[in-house]
Amino acid sequence: MTNLLEATAVRKEFGGLVAVNDVDFLIPEQAIVSLIGPNGAGKTTFFNMLTGVYKVTSGQILFDGTDVTNKPPHAITERGVGRTFQNIRLFQQMTAVENVLVGMHSRLKGGIVKSVLRTPGLRREERDAFDRARELLRFCGLRGRDGELSSNLSYGDQRRLEVARALATEPKLLLLDEPTAGMNPQETADFTSFVGRLREERALSVLLIEHDMKVVMGISDRVTVLDYGEKIAEGRPQEIQKDQRVIEAYLGKAATEGAVA
Amino acid sequence: MTETRTEPPRPDSELTDVLSQRVERQAGKAKFFSADTARTLVPLFVLLTIAAIYPLISKDLRSLDYIGDFFPTTGSGVIIIVFTMMAVGLNVVVGYAGLLDLGYVAFYAAGAYVAGWFASQQFEQVTFHLGSVGIGPTIPGIHLSVWIVLVIAGIFTALVGIVIGLPTLRLRGDYLAIVTLGFGEIVPQFVRNADSIKGFDLTHGSFGIAPIDSPGFGDGLSNASGGILPVSFRQSFDAQNLYYWAALGLLLFTVFCCWRLRDSRLGRAWVAIREDETAAAAMGVPLMRTKTWAYAIGATFGGIAGAYYASFKSGAFPSDFYFNISIFLLCMVILGGMGSIWGVVVAGVILGWLNIEGLSVIGNHLNDSIIEPAFNRSIEVPKYQFGIYGVIIVLMMLFRPAGLIPERRRKLEVEEGVHDEVVKGEVSKP
Repeated sequence: MTNLLEATAVRKEFGGLVAVNDVDFLIPEQAIVSLIGPNGAGKTTFFNMLTGVYKVTSGQILFDGTDVTNKPPHAITERGVGRTFQNIRLFQQMTAVENVLVGMHSRLKGGIVKSVLRTPGLRREERDAFDRARELLRFCGLRGRDGELSSNLSYGDQRRLEVARALATEPKLLLLDEPTAGMNPQETADFTSFVGRLREERALSVLLIEHDMKVVMGISDRVTVLDYGEKIAEGRPQEIQKDQRVIEAYLGKAATEGAVA
Repeated sequence: MTETRTEPPRPDSELTDVLSQRVERQAGKAKFFSADTARTLVPLFVLLTIAAIYPLISKDLRSLDYIGDFFPTTGSGVIIIVFTMMAVGLNVVVGYAGLLDLGYVAFYAAGAYVAGWFASQQFEQVTFHLGSVGIGPTIPGIHLSVWIVLVIAGIFTALVGIVIGLPTLRLRGDYLAIVTLGFGEIVPQFVRNADSIKGFDLTHGSFGIAPIDSPGFGDGLSNASGGILPVSFRQSFDAQNLYYWAALGLLLFTVFCCWRLRDSRLGRAWVAIREDETAAAAMGVPLMRTKTWAYAIGATFGGIAGAYYASFKSGAFPSDFYFNISIFLLCMVILGGMGSIWGVVVAGVILGWLNIEGLSVIGNHLNDSIIEPAFNRSIEVPKYQFGIYGVIIVLMMLFRPAGLIPERRRKLEVEEGVHDEVVKGEVSKP
């Protein structure tokens, strides 16, 4: 199995603070990989470096064989990295279908002159794009919400729309930043099976930041644990669950010592 | 998360889905017959007809008792339309892309000076005529047909927009506003002082460039069209009307382009940037390129309007390009509703009229009917124009914050509020 993404010694400093400390990271093709760790461990910072929102201080990121280190976000998206945000960041004053269409930006061609003249070719492209956008909304469980303003959607639907929008970029790798935050157990279970379906039907790799251990342990092929910017463990879910350093990071050293004693 | 679950049962949603899709397909094929477009097109057609025949009836309207002087002259109409056109251009930058530009007057100036360079005696060193009308072929200077000049002005100001945009558009929000404000001041200062660049007179300094040639179609085209196309606007019997109609045509062109662009891939990217820059970039929208396009396109229309206006009043003067104009145009955009083309057009006409004639007319009426009889003195209303505009903006922000005619998206948000249950397309619901 080849690796879709290879990050080598990626480091991020904010002033004197080392948010991510020389982390190596691999995502194989068609794998679901989770990134966990206590709050402030540097998970989202790492995410933001993968997607080009932050520049890395040092290190290298290879995606699909090309170097994407410090490339602008849109260029990385174009190569096939789609993402959602921890705090939902939809385009609030656009409808659901328009949100998805924005996701298709780098896959559409329509230029200025063609748009003004609305040439037959452009009409066809737009019509196809609308059809695909509706299809994606349906796939993500948003049937019939096409024309709804995204700010008017319910919380769960907004999360779904974020995924639909990310899928519209036609990613090879989908980054989900705490996608089940705020969902009830049933919704979370649905979402978990949905992510599984994504891999099956769309041949995607998924990188998941998640706090819900049921989700993480249920669907991940590999789990990486960050703490204070350091990678403290990596492996299959069962291994991680037993890892002493991981338990310490989550519960504190005193707690584990107490448990042992 | 799968589609088979979590949604409340909707027995007919499959059917309505198909139905609504079919309706949209048909709308795509024959756009002019869908009910939605008809609702906008009918009033549009009526307004357009009134606007088009206005020069023919303005004399009669103006001779009406009491209300007659509320109707602007055709000449004022030209100015109103030109400024409305600039506001529609500014709307692309401010309304669509959410880039607060306080220096739009720079593009107006650039366009006006392009007209000065390519349709006057400014460059006496050369004598070059191409389609110029109303002047002898031996008159020195570059004299291109004004129609060609408008195209050049559009391209040139787009380039100016890109040049100004590349360094400034990396900034966000307030910082962008401050820097554009600076450019709005730099350009008039530059034209005021660029009368001797190493001895070369580029802008003729504070005297400005005048006269600037008139638009027209020349003898050949005029004869070929049987006299329908005028030889030269300025030398025509109904010069004002011709200027008015050509301005109206330019405004329609601007509106058309902006309307088409709004519903395009680029337009969606602009709104996405306005809504959330980071998310837009993460969705594959190249920020710098997309913003620069907004700037360049906004600038283009400002430049064309500026060049046409310079030709209309036959001159480009540095004193025309004050900061006030940037703010005035911004007021039109805010009053109309940011991002709403029709709103900006309506607000542009209202504010443009107030600025040119309206305030003094209203002032005269106030003086005649109330103030003079009561207080035995009169007030000069136009002197308080910026105070009045300020009050209008404040009142708008209080009572109609989304503008006179809010953008469709904003309107949806304000009117529909939050509701999760209603499904679009469920036509059978009672």
